Amino acid sequence: MADASSQTGRTLIDADRPGRLAEFWSYFRENRGAVIGLYVFTAFLLTAIFAPLLAPYDPSQQFREATLQPPVWQDGGTWAFPLGTDAVGRDMLSRLIFGARFSFFVGIVVVVVAATGGILIGLIAGFAPKWLDTLIMRLMDIILAFPSLLLALVLVAILGPTLLNAMIAIALVLQPHYVRLTRASVLSERAKDYVTSARVAGAGRVRMMFVTVLPNCLSPIIVQAALSFSTAILDAAALGFLGMGAQPPTPEWGTMLADAREFVLRAWWVVTFPGIAILVTVLAINLMGDGLRDALDPKLKRS
Amino acid sequence: MSLLKIRNLGVEFPTAGGPFKAVDGVDVDVAAGEILAIVGESGSGKSVSMLATMGLLPWTATVTADELSFDGRDLRRMPPRERRNLIGADLAMIFQEPMSSLNPCFTVGFQIREALRKHTDLTREGRHKRCVELFEMVGIPDPERRLKAFPHQLSGGMNQRVMIAMALSCRPRLLIADEPTTALDVTIQAQILDLLTGLQKETGMGLILITHDMGVVAETAERVAVQYAGQKVEDQPVGDLFDHPHHPYTAALLAALPERATEKRLPTIPGVVPGQHDRPAGCLFSPRCKFADERCHTVPPPVQPPAIGQARCHYPLDVPAHAEQVSA
Amino acid sequence: MLRFLLTRLGTFVPTFIGVTIISFAFIRVLPGDPIIVMAGERGMTEERYLELREQFGFDRPLLVQYWEYLTGILQGDLGTSFVTNRPVWDQFFSLFPATLELSLCAIVIAVALGLPAGVIAAVYRGKFFDRALMTTALVGYSMPIFWWALLLIIVFSGNLGWTPVSGRIGLLYFFDTPTGFMLIDSAMSGQDGALRSAISHLILPSFVLATIPLAVIARQTRSAMLEVLSEDYIRTARAKGLSPGRVNGLHALRNALIPVVTVIGLSVGTLLAGAILTETIFSWPGIGKWMVDSIYRRDYPVVQGGLLMIAVIVMIVNLVVDMLYGLINPKIRKR
Repeated sequence: MADASSQTGRTLIDADRPGRLAEFWSYFRENRGAVIGLYVFTAFLLTAIFAPLLAPYDPSQQFREATLQPPVWQDGGTWAFPLGTDAVGRDMLSRLIFGARFSFFVGIVVVVVAATGGILIGLIAGFAPKWLDTLIMRLMDIILAFPSLLLALVLVAILGPTLLNAMIAIALVLQPHYVRLTRASVLSERAKDYVTSARVAGAGRVRMMFVTVLPNCLSPIIVQAALSFSTAILDAAALGFLGMGAQPPTPEWGTMLADAREFVLRAWWVVTFPGIAILVTVLAINLMGDGLRDALDPKLKRS
Repeated sequence: MSLLKIRNLGVEFPTAGGPFKAVDGVDVDVAAGEILAIVGESGSGKSVSMLATMGLLPWTATVTADELSFDGRDLRRMPPRERRNLIGADLAMIFQEPMSSLNPCFTVGFQIREALRKHTDLTREGRHKRCVELFEMVGIPDPERRLKAFPHQLSGGMNQRVMIAMALSCRPRLLIADEPTTALDVTIQAQILDLLTGLQKETGMGLILITHDMGVVAETAERVAVQYAGQKVEDQPVGDLFDHPHHPYTAALLAALPERATEKRLPTIPGVVPGQHDRPAGCLFSPRCKFADERCHTVPPPVQPPAIGQARCHYPLDVPAHAEQVSA
Repeated sequence: MLRFLLTRLGTFVPTFIGVTIISFAFIRVLPGDPIIVMAGERGMTEERYLELREQFGFDRPLLVQYWEYLTGILQGDLGTSFVTNRPVWDQFFSLFPATLELSLCAIVIAVALGLPAGVIAAVYRGKFFDRALMTTALVGYSMPIFWWALLLIIVFSGNLGWTPVSGRIGLLYFFDTPTGFMLIDSAMSGQDGALRSAISHLILPSFVLATIPLAVIARQTRSAMLEVLSEDYIRTARAKGLSPGRVNGLHALRNALIPVVTVIGLSVGTLLAGAILTETIFSWPGIGKWMVDSIYRRDYPVVQGGLLMIAVIVMIVNLVVDMLYGLINPKIRKR
């Protein structure tokens, strides 16, 4: 059915768009978890954007007279530091709020870089002659043979431990998934009649790739983007935790956890809150991703 | 005495747009040694009513009935464990798609022996001997080798023979065959039907044949029940039904058979079976019936007496002179 | 089946060569003179510099260097550690059993809990049990395991005092480790409480490492089961009067296992990546901690060799999984 509409011409497709969006939304809304995930995600997004307005203090300001102060509901806690302070007296709440910025920055940059590169390479592989296709796919197999975190760790070790290098490394190891996904959908779309008719109509190769085929391959890629957003946040935090990502005193959640390791048995809040922040963010994105997949899947199956 | 007796069977499925009545007030009687054909278009609820009898519907379905008994035993009040002892042994069923109805991960031999182990006291060798015997009975050559085959290594016709062998393994007293030939090549269809009727005569079991093919009905059945949109609309011995159809739907079905066509153009029944949302208030067939009048559209029709083929119709056709007609 | 195996082997060899090229390139793409970089802040004498230069063969053409590297690998020569001066190959195999023990334990936990959880969720789909299990699984799947480990340490080691915080066995015990597997060695040592100590050291790390594979397996099992349960052959099985246990546990699960085994195989890569974090936190003397420590110490021959060995292990496991896939899927086996 979708084939027919894309064949009929652009105007028809455009007229079709709002309907499709509404249909997608009605499917998405049915999934309560996904909607909750969306709300939480929006809240974190707003936190990240308005961090300087929301945070009570500068994230690196040190209150030497109040180190390792527990959260407000515990003995010794005050409203001055609702979630307590860390070992050098920095306000946990402010650091967590600013941490949201880094996590979202990492997620967006990694997804954009990995998806752009991956889709491009996947499209090329899908349209290329067999030898080039084989070469590209073997290359991706090689990258996938390394556990992703290990490869990212080694790449950062080569490039030097900074948040930027960590993002590059993570984008690089996530990219093969996009390549495989794009190539697989391109190959299955290319076999369909509307592509043949576009070719008969004289569409150029570039037009075929980006205008005819790519829009019909997007559904699984969107789902993959949501899932790799959460993977990127997790991996960046893990690298930060290992000292190979953002460097202290950056209030990145993983790096905060690394600093907190020695206080594991003394000050639970220093360890607990950054982890909860990571977990809740990643969980919200995964819930959304599941909802996206379920909402996009019936269409995939129907076509 | 009838082997299977069903009174006023109803099956409902919950759907996004409210409950959907797939089967509505269906009665079925089958005696031992009898062949009953249930005929109807797709979606007329013929498979669903039989799946309900077997207890094979998904858990979302609600089954109601005034009576649902096999050999005098009430199937509704029976504990699940007891019912499972009956199903597969005394009451067996074969399905439409032989290729997907067998588990691809097990050999066909395993799948038959499994039924034997559940329902009989046969020893290991005894079960194997019975399998070989069954394969010979259903006409599968080289049984010893075929028993070790996986379903994907056999053809559709072969797989349907395996299904029949499996259903017959514990000597059922009633076999329900749900469109057993629909998915098969035309040349194989006749073979499978001959096999089924032959085995039925040999064993004296009851046979319910679900089909949409009037040709199949004419060749095999003794009695025919016609179903339309979840309701039984007519029930007659096969000869009478073909000679004197009482319900307009039956008449239209018969007129659509190529062998019976009198004109050059094959007559068709205009319209489609009503779905969930366009169920008429009166007779369910009224929107497509060329005899329908105002009463048909508003008042549900009564069930006529057996002399008029239990037709569910206000104005049955071809009523014998002595028969007494009921009106709603 | 044979043809299937041959095609798989056909892709194995080029991938292996690619992996060696990447690990070969590793030292060469370090910015600046690799030897100076490797020495880092330690510095080195002119003599040592020339010695290393010759050892790595940096004075020869790249292709020759690569050829020597490749033939070296095939003979079990992965270079020598800067820090310990021991061959990387020997070090790898002396540490590998620790990682293997941890990973095997983790995978056993993941399968033992994940498979039944997935089956139960699918059988009771939409009910409370299903929702609870799948929510838990999604939380597990989203878990930053390094934090999860710290949390468990706070509860089980800090508050309850049940488990030790680090290592493989208590300091009290000392015995030979012929197999390298602490569970076996401690049991064979005959020392009182040794096995108990080994288990208490192993349980927390392996549970942490199992978390994500467990969640993945549970989710995958559920969706595979749901697909299978709507198949015609399940109806056939029920029509035979088989018990729900046999229908779900044998007829459905046997088919659902086909995709699930693939997932279990793929989680080996996840396990090795997870071992990096888990071993670091629990001071587990395995490959993961060794790699991280070597990166910190700029012990590049170790990083290079370890990277290659881990990739090769992942590839071998994937190959085994492919064969297993052929074994459990009759449609591939008999053709």
